[in-house]
Amino acid sequence: MPLSMLLRQARRILLTALVGGLLGATLVRLGPGFGVDEREVDARLNAESQQAIRAEHARDNNIALFYVRYLSGVIHGDLGFSRSLNRPVSELLKERLPLTLGSLAYGVLGGMSIGLVFAMASVWWQAPGSDLLPAVLSGIALALPAALIALVFLWMGVGGRWAIALVVFPHVYRYAKNLLVAAYQAPHVLAAEAKGLSPARVLFAHVFTPAAPQLAALAGISVSLAFGASIPIEVLCDTPGVGQLAWKAALDRDLPLLVNITVLVTLMTLVVNACADLALARWRPVS
Amino acid sequence: MTRTQKMALVVLALVTLASFAAGWLAPSSYSEQYRDSISAPPSARFLLGTDDLGRDRFARLLYGTRISLLLAPAAAFLSTLIAALIGGTAGYLGGRWERGVTAGIDLFLSLPWLFLLLTVRALLPLNTSPVTSVMITFLLLGCLGWAMPARIIRAGTRTLVDSDYLVQARAGGISPLRLFWRHLLPNLRPILLAQFWVSIPVFILSEANLGLLGLGVSEPLPSWGAMLRELENYTAVLQNPWMLAPAGLLVAVVCCLQLLLRTEERIPC
Repeated sequence: MPLSMLLRQARRILLTALVGGLLGATLVRLGPGFGVDEREVDARLNAESQQAIRAEHARDNNIALFYVRYLSGVIHGDLGFSRSLNRPVSELLKERLPLTLGSLAYGVLGGMSIGLVFAMASVWWQAPGSDLLPAVLSGIALALPAALIALVFLWMGVGGRWAIALVVFPHVYRYAKNLLVAAYQAPHVLAAEAKGLSPARVLFAHVFTPAAPQLAALAGISVSLAFGASIPIEVLCDTPGVGQLAWKAALDRDLPLLVNITVLVTLMTLVVNACADLALARWRPVS
Repeated sequence: MTRTQKMALVVLALVTLASFAAGWLAPSSYSEQYRDSISAPPSARFLLGTDDLGRDRFARLLYGTRISLLLAPAAAFLSTLIAALIGGTAGYLGGRWERGVTAGIDLFLSLPWLFLLLTVRALLPLNTSPVTSVMITFLLLGCLGWAMPARIIRAGTRTLVDSDYLVQARAGGISPLRLFWRHLLPNLRPILLAQFWVSIPVFILSEANLGLLGLGVSEPLPSWGAMLRELENYTAVLQNPWMLAPAGLLVAVVCCLQLLLRTEERIPC
């Protein structure tokens, strides 16, 4: 893999994440109610304290200055301070990120595995109606809002990570099935079948393997999908992860927290997408 | 059209008709509170019982369905229009404009859809009138849902612009306006239609997600999302399984739309 390509990808990712963060900050700044602090009407605080609170907010009014200050803080390892939760942002992320990453890993891997197994089974048994069960299951799962899936899993006492898997599975199943069906119709597969290769060998060696890079590319979309789903799931299941933190940050208009989460989520999605792109470029057969 | 798709179309038509005949099918208003029949079970008077404020669940379901079935297509139309303007212009003009728009689309798509939607909705005023909340919710869906269709429309426009017959048309001295109206737009129509239809179930589900989290349509106006909030009370759902009716109807409608979308996918582009 040429180093220049990697560097170009890294530069693009960093730039996009930074612009994403700036847009997130601008949105919060322009949102109605920004800068309103209930402490300003607290009768116990004297004029000096209230003046200090107003000065604290005034620093964030200029979004460009806020963002420059934020970036210089990031360089020095300081991600800012969450006003709504009264704690440093780095501490909050350090505490909650492992939980969300774990859920995402379980959810994405689980969803992809179920989707792939169903897709391969549908292609394997080509009898009419053989894909009825996965088609119905994926259709129903696609028709359920993530928040409702979270509620159902909450009732059943099953962890939120499996709810994420259920959100990811139908997308993977439908894409993988279409891909594998198309791969099955390739001339080399027909030739392999005519030569008398076993169905299992045809499926794994001549259908699944060539389609593997494109299936790997699904990981990028799945991570983005899973993170989106993790917000309602973590909120409804009361899981203290980054999804729930993002929700709280948005409701409280907590600028430093929301900017960090936006940059983090953008970075995460872009890095996974870039890895999938690189995998595609690495595995694509040279024509 | 297959038999399953015909059935899906019939179900959708029936649901739409029922929602528009809500005033006739359900004599009660969606906001009328029967203080003497709080949390009543289904009866001839209240087909799906009443909620904890004594409101007729059947009336609320019909009016909520009407809101979703009217506004999701409106939001889908708005998002397709924005996508066509941005993606179509980028694909038509090419060069720096196209690169800039592609970067913008990439940036938009790097943020998960639900994260973006929930964040922006939470930043907008929450204590608004019910009608304003409906407008905010669906305008937001329309304004934020443009990125994915724009990417597809941009690619479609680019392919068309580079096609032989359009190169020939340009070489023949056709005016840009005529090129757009006579050649580009009619050929883009199947892509635009497909994007419009694909967006409808996505927006219905997004409204349901927002509603379940309390960021959707404000009370007393009913919507599927707002009605699903009742399901948070597990014990009540166990005792009153008819509370699941909005969830069942939502799943049925979205499934029917998906079945019909398979027809849309078959339209030759």
